Amino acid sequence: MKILVCISKVPDTTSKIAFTDGNTKFDETNVQFIVNPYDEWYALVRALEITEQGGGSVTVVNVGPAANEPTIRKALAIGAHEAVRIDGEPGEAFYVATQIAEYAKDKGFDVILTGKETINFNGAEVGGMIAGLLDLPYISLASDLQVNGSTATLKRVIEGGYEMVEVNGPFVASAQKGMAEARIPNMRGIMAARTKPLNVVPAVPVDTLTSVKVFGTPPPKSDVKYIDAENPGQLVELLHTEAKVI
Amino acid sequence: MSVLVFVDTVDGKVKKSSLEAVYYGKKTAELVGGECVALAFNGSDLESLGNVGASKVLNVADEKLKQFDPSVYTEAIKQAANSVGAKVVVFVQDSTGKSLAARLSAKSKAGLVSGATTLPTVDGGFKVKKNVFSGKAWAEYEIHTDEKVISIMANSLQVEKSDATAPVEGLSLDLGGVNASLTVKEVSKAAAGGAAPLPEAELVVSAGRGLKGPENWGMVEEMAEILGATTACSRPVADSDWRPHHEHVGQTGVAIRPNLYIAIGISGAIQHLAGVNQSKVIVVINKDPEAPFFKAADYGIVGDAFEVVPKLNEAFRKFKESNG
Repeated sequence: MKILVCISKVPDTTSKIAFTDGNTKFDETNVQFIVNPYDEWYALVRALEITEQGGGSVTVVNVGPAANEPTIRKALAIGAHEAVRIDGEPGEAFYVATQIAEYAKDKGFDVILTGKETINFNGAEVGGMIAGLLDLPYISLASDLQVNGSTATLKRVIEGGYEMVEVNGPFVASAQKGMAEARIPNMRGIMAARTKPLNVVPAVPVDTLTSVKVFGTPPPKSDVKYIDAENPGQLVELLHTEAKVI
Repeated sequence: MSVLVFVDTVDGKVKKSSLEAVYYGKKTAELVGGECVALAFNGSDLESLGNVGASKVLNVADEKLKQFDPSVYTEAIKQAANSVGAKVVVFVQDSTGKSLAARLSAKSKAGLVSGATTLPTVDGGFKVKKNVFSGKAWAEYEIHTDEKVISIMANSLQVEKSDATAPVEGLSLDLGGVNASLTVKEVSKAAAGGAAPLPEAELVVSAGRGLKGPENWGMVEEMAEILGATTACSRPVADSDWRPHHEHVGQTGVAIRPNLYIAIGISGAIQHLAGVNQSKVIVVINKDPEAPFFKAADYGIVGDAFEVVPKLNEAFRKFKESNG
């Protein structure tokens, strides 16, 4: 089984979120970057499990500049067999999806996995776009993936429940919690990652469909109003008359 | 020129979040000029979509749309959009919209903003805001393409209803050229008629490890029942199988933005806040005064949940009895 896992470089969950250049760029000062957790914990680890059991290879692909390579190496340290960096500036999901679709279209991947969304742009777009561009089935929000020959069975989390979906032949899926357990790279993995292939391929030209004009942060929350534990009725009154939510 | 809104149905009935999407479509149509057309597959009782702003409703009755197959659905939506000359297509950013909006965007080369939280503005470009960095910031996007796709976060708009009804027209599409891409083997969902599903719920009562065990959820369910709220839980609770996984809210679970979020015995880790920080009003009940959740709360009660919640339920019940 030949699996492609799309990985994104994102700021660590606890990073301070600030912007520069007239609020048009994310301020990277003192920010620690990581592999997008959904890409790493669920998509990549499940891909590794599948190839460990049934053979095959896992390729990780990232669209971005050379500065992304340390982050890509982390995915290799966890166990991906090889990595590809498509040398471009990922301005929007359509750009990223087009680059990955162009790269993947003639490589014969059986499965293309992404995380359910990135933790910086929260769009949940790239997987669906790749599937659309390559005309492949797409299963979003998968929390389980079992492969049996050329048939895959996925559990898809929907509002208030789940859906079991069966698909034959190549497909694209986005992975979420439940699909696998996060792995911590060991020293052997980290050493091996240094010498694993990280191929750089040029980006193709893509039309810009959308762009961010300005970023902002929400106004700080006003201080919490404490209510006496002995008199919760006061809370009910405030929710009705002040907050007007009940 | 028109705005097409994809209306999602459960057992033929329109989802509440889709009503909001239709209203969003109507408001967008007013901005760009044109009418708001709602599109449903195998729907019923669709006239009432006029209440929330649809000028007309297109209903496609087709066997191929009986199961949720993003490939077939997207092709059908694309054909419907072409048939009415839609310039903007609106979805809800839920499990359905996340399967369709991006695919349609890529197929039509139509710029997409997913998770939109505001109506568009059209002065100096077509712009829409959405939340980024898991709710810690927002971004204003400009869509440069003539055709546009917007997927909205549920509970972003206050919907105003009217008495208007909309004519429902059958629409037949040529789906002969598109094969099923997958087979849905099983769908498991809580029975209809219960509380609203999480992403669209306006009132959410959530509890965490502070409740000590699944046997103590009775008072949480009681509060939800009194308020007509939906129950939710924190990650450790779902991981311990105290509650089903679809109730897990937070970064790795479902992101929600209800009007009221009541958190009982949840400390408020940054990953939990990422999924609930868009709630309009947050109430935190925790016995630890240092719990980080209090910093994100509007109202806080420092106290033992096992003492506070029964008293609060009593107060909610009295309130409901005197206020209907």
